[in-house]
Parts: sequence; C-alpha cells; structure tokens
Amino acid sequence: MFDIKGYYEASSIEDAVKHLSENENTKIIAGGTDVLIKVREGKLAGISLLGISRAGLDTVTIDDDGTIHIGSACSFTKVEKNEIIKKNIPYLGEAVGTIGGPQVRNVATLGGNVCNGATSADSASTLFCLNAKLKIESVRETKIVEIKDFYLGPSWTILKEDELLTDIIIEKQNYDGYRGKYQKFAQRNAMDIATIGCAVMAKTVNGVFEDVKIACGVAAPTPVRCFEAEEFIKGKAANLENITAAAELTLGNTKARDSWRGSKAFREHLVVELAKRGMAQLSGLELE
Amino acid sequence: MNKDINIKVNGEQYTLSVDIRKSLLDVIRYDLGLTGTKEGCSVGECGACAVIIDGQTFDSCVYLAVWADGKAVRTVESLQVDGKFSNMQKSFIENGAVQCGICTPGFLMSATEMEESGESFTKDDIKRALSGHLCRCTGYTKIVEATEKGLKHSCSCDNN
Repeated sequence: MFDIKGYYEASSIEDAVKHLSENENTKIIAGGTDVLIKVREGKLAGISLLGISRAGLDTVTIDDDGTIHIGSACSFTKVEKNEIIKKNIPYLGEAVGTIGGPQVRNVATLGGNVCNGATSADSASTLFCLNAKLKIESVRETKIVEIKDFYLGPSWTILKEDELLTDIIIEKQNYDGYRGKYQKFAQRNAMDIATIGCAVMAKTVNGVFEDVKIACGVAAPTPVRCFEAEEFIKGKAANLENITAAAELTLGNTKARDSWRGSKAFREHLVVELAKRGMAQLSGLELE
Repeated sequence: MNKDINIKVNGEQYTLSVDIRKSLLDVIRYDLGLTGTKEGCSVGECGACAVIIDGQTFDSCVYLAVWADGKAVRTVESLQVDGKFSNMQKSFIENGAVQCGICTPGFLMSATEMEESGESFTKDDIKRALSGHLCRCTGYTKIVEATEKGLKHSCSCDNN
C-alpha cells in the first residue's frame, strides 16, 4: 500500500483550488506516474493527495483565432491522438509519444510533465519552442505565465502549494507556418529518460530560414531555448554550412552536466548534432 | 481511510469499500483473489501488472484503486471463456511466447487491446505497442511474432 494520509478527488477546478487552499501539505496527483513512485520511495511519504483526473481538465479545444487549449490533465495518449494537435502541432504529439511506454502514456499527463519541473520532460522543449502559456489558478487569483518563466531549477517551478495548472495555451502565431521535430536521445527506445531532448521548429521560405526555434532538455537545470543559434540562422539560407554554424552556437545557451546517463562532453556533442539534424530535416537537407 | 467504489471486473459488478492507499493491483490480487495479474517492478516500468480499463491498458501497480470507481476492468482471467483460451492466448502458446510466464499476462492484455481495437498494426507498431513490457526470458522476438500472428488470426491450433 502507498504511504498516503488522505485522498480527495476534485470534481471541478473550483473544488480543487478550494481544497488546496484549505489543506496544507497536499500534493496534486494527476496520472501518478511520478507522484506514486516518489511516495513509494518514501520521498513524499505521509502526504495527502488531491486527485484531478475527474476535474474536467482533460479536453483539447481550439478557439476561432487558432489558440489551442490543452487541459493539464490530458494524457499523453490523448495529446498524441487528438485531431486538433495532429493537424496543427503534430510534433508535440510525437514528442509526448516518446515518453515511457503505452500504459504510462495512457495515464500520465501533459500538466504533470510540466509541473514535475524536470529538465528531461519530453514535452517541455517543444512547449518552449511553442512559447506555451500556462494558466495557473488558485482561490487567490488566476494568472497566465509564459513557460520560460515557470521553471526555476531542477524539480523546482514557480507553482505554489495552493496553485493548480489548468490549461496549456498555444497561440496561432507560435505554430502557424512552422514545421517541427523532436528528437530524443536515450539509451533505449522506450521506458527511458532522455540523455538529451531537442525540439526544433522552423519556417522556411524559398530555401531561407524565416524563423527557427530550438529548445533542449537535459542540457541545463531547466529546459532552455537556444537563442544565440536562433538569431544567427534567421534570414540565412538553409544550407549545411549555415546549419552547422548555427548548431555550434546552441552551446552558448546550454549548461550541460555530467551524470551517470552521460558526460557533459557527450551531452554537448548531442545538443549540437541533434540541433543540426533537426534543422536539416525541417529544411529538406540531406546530411552525409 | 476507506472509500466506496463501484467497479466492474471481468464483467462482474462489485461495490467495495477500499483503503485509499491501495493500488488497483492490490485490490485485484488480494481483495478479489485474481492472481493472474502479476506484480513485477511496482513502479510502472515492467508492465507485468497491466490490465485493460475501459478499453485502454494501464499498469495497475501505479493506479490508485479509487480511480477505478465507475470503470470496467479486465484482467488476464477474462481472456479464457468457458474453459477456452482466446485467439491471442493460443497464438502465444503456439509461437513459444511464454517461458517463465511472469510477463505474459501483461503482454496478453496489451496484445488483446490491439486485437480489439480493430486497427491494423505493422511490425514496428506492434513493437511500440508492446514497449511498456519487459521480458527477461524470450528476447521479445517470439512475443512480437505471436502478437503479429494473433492479430492476423493465423493461429492454427484451436484446441486447448
């Protein structure tokens, strides 16, 4: 049995935030694939849980202006199979499709992946490229923050104890006309955590990069955008020389570290290589 | 702390007062006595405990029992009807997909979910759909082959 003190299942967002405001030391649980593991390891032993899987947070909708709303408790399977996502941002579906295995993806959620605060979250780098906005609700206020301001450090976000992430918002200007690609380098193809994850989005017109966005996971304590590389490649022709030069610049924004999964040097090699491959593939270039 | 839940398991409706600390696996094995579902890693990595809930497979070891309230759960015991193995079970037997057997109930549930979805699967699709299961005996080849043949209903044995 899990060492938990209490469990409350919220029936709505209002119910959830009210419960959070009235009960200290309560942890939100969505799919549980991180929380229950931590409980079992004793890291969250004795905690009270607030379940949000029946709080109406599992829908994907699109506004008339093209803004996409992904409910924070949408499972990865739902995100991957959703028609709105397949049509507009298929690369986000592909990114979450690299997480764990099918049974994990059927229950683990996009909001959980973000709120866990891990730099290795496979959804995070694509959400960074998409300049995703996060709707955070509590009894005190409802606010919308940019994902780049959400992460503070490893397993550390701005989310306060009484706050609930309800909606992941992606505006049309951030996906319209772009193609995208997420590459995960890990030691096995399933049930593994990325050694490096790299998301690239690009808009090309007549063989010229009109815009490029690159973000990496596990390349720093939080997911990071590689702005130096992005600035360099913007407006330049999509050729091997430019792509290679831009890919080298990704390291200006990363801060990789040694761990048992991979050395700093290996991680940096991966960042450069994956950024290069991503840009090449999105502009139709063949790498030798 | 207990909570009343209504769950259907293998077609049978139960109203249970479950301890909120229990996983669905605990309830299936220890309250209902359905020991076909195995506990392997207990952390959602090996897939031995996989069950089908409302048509999708889940690892029951990291699934709180209270989440199953109002849902229909199927375990490996549901596959054998009137003493006859299912098509997929026969295919696993015929193709040598079973060695020690601990992982088998989990693999069978994912393979059955695929079979019942009515979708078509390439070999790569099958590998991906089975990627949440670990097997330490077979090296996977025979399991993938058994699933592929089971999906094509090309298993020839129809005895038990």
